[in-house]
Amino acid sequence: MKKFTLQIISFLALLIFCGCAAVETATTVATDIAVQRGTITKEQAASIRTGTTAVSRSLEEFTPEQEYYIGRSVGAVVLTKYKALNDAKINSYVNLLGQTLALASDTPELFAGYHFLVLDSDDINAFATPGGHVFVTRGLIRCSRTEDELAAVLAHEIGHIQRRHGISAIQKARMAEALAVLAREGVKTYGDEELIKLSNSFGDVISDITTTLINNGYSRAYEYQADAVAVTILRRAGYQPGALVNMLQVMGRQIKPGGSDFAKTHPSPQARIAELGMSAQTAQIPNVRKDRFIKAAGHLL
Amino acid sequence: MARYISLVIFLAALSFLCLSATAQTQKTMSVQVKQTQLRATPSHLGKIVVRAPYGARVTILEERGDWKRTAYGSYRGWVHASSLTTKRIILTAGQTSQTGTVGQGEIALAGKGFNKEVENRYRATNKNLDYTWINRMEAFDVTSEQIENFVSEGRLSLGNEGG
Repeated sequence: MKKFTLQIISFLALLIFCGCAAVETATTVATDIAVQRGTITKEQAASIRTGTTAVSRSLEEFTPEQEYYIGRSVGAVVLTKYKALNDAKINSYVNLLGQTLALASDTPELFAGYHFLVLDSDDINAFATPGGHVFVTRGLIRCSRTEDELAAVLAHEIGHIQRRHGISAIQKARMAEALAVLAREGVKTYGDEELIKLSNSFGDVISDITTTLINNGYSRAYEYQADAVAVTILRRAGYQPGALVNMLQVMGRQIKPGGSDFAKTHPSPQARIAELGMSAQTAQIPNVRKDRFIKAAGHLL
Repeated sequence: MARYISLVIFLAALSFLCLSATAQTQKTMSVQVKQTQLRATPSHLGKIVVRAPYGARVTILEERGDWKRTAYGSYRGWVHASSLTTKRIILTAGQTSQTGTVGQGEIALAGKGFNKEVENRYRATNKNLDYTWINRMEAFDVTSEQIENFVSEGRLSLGNEGG
């Protein structure tokens, strides 16, 4: 009997090479058979199944639903540093523009969609949460002179979401800890102790992401990746990709060295322009795009 | 010898199950967003045939770029790949899905882990956080018609069309 149990266990190990769902189905069948043969008890079977689920779960990352909840709290922390701008005109426009751009990304559908909000600050700054919340300061909007240039800013933030940079900001040990807590979850609702562990782990995750977003900034590589996604989005949506260069040129002139905003968290605009290896937009922008930009953002410029 | 043969049969049966389970997951997927739409054409501006809720199971009939033509109950329509996952999603009590129940041992995800309950607990210990504007920004609504007008007036295009 012991030999048979061993065979089942080694076979289950082999099954890891098949898909996760297949592993779980096969595990259920294998353990059912083993229980029927009296090789293992029902309790042992249940334990093997839970173990396999935990293994396949730990190989995955957060679900879009979990990223959404992470995003909400990351956003709430951003809003302790910056106040929302209560201005329906600009917020409606930024949402219309931003959601149009999101549709041109590789990830047009997030758990609760993309949402944009202007922040009431002269700082030049923008943030994107893993849950699809995008914040852009009035100061950054002021750097853009056309719809195409503002589109470039929003597309860069969408780029961070598409490439899952927020989640990558979580320290490896924290991520492992969080996923371990999540894998231990029961079928029913959490007990108090699990809930405390989960919310502590949640707090750590939020703190890692917001420290990166607000204080340390992403790596240069991530910023260049987000710029590359922005160029793709702009091109797909019919905007002039060179608008990103225009935008960066203005930022380069306006950023205050040593400031606590983009100056601190991003590579220099000059370095980003060099990395893009493309020239500024020179072609005419259709009048309707010029007009609607001025109508929505003119009072902020 | 009989023992050996029975083991071979057992392993063969398991391998078959493994393969068929893999094939099945490729054909059927779950909606991993709050709600997605089955559309008449592979485009975000395509006419909405029906909406499918979080956790709904759809069968993949055809693929074109990032778009998948799916069957959901008696409905047929195009869904963007980013709203689907190969995982099964078990919904918690209170949420419904038209696709029926999901057996134990399959992956449970919906409403678990980092959820509203965990957020509430986190907020209770971080009272300086204010979610008013998070909720407000999530309520900003943009309709397909608005996007369609915005795109056509601005001489733009919807970059992510299938076909």
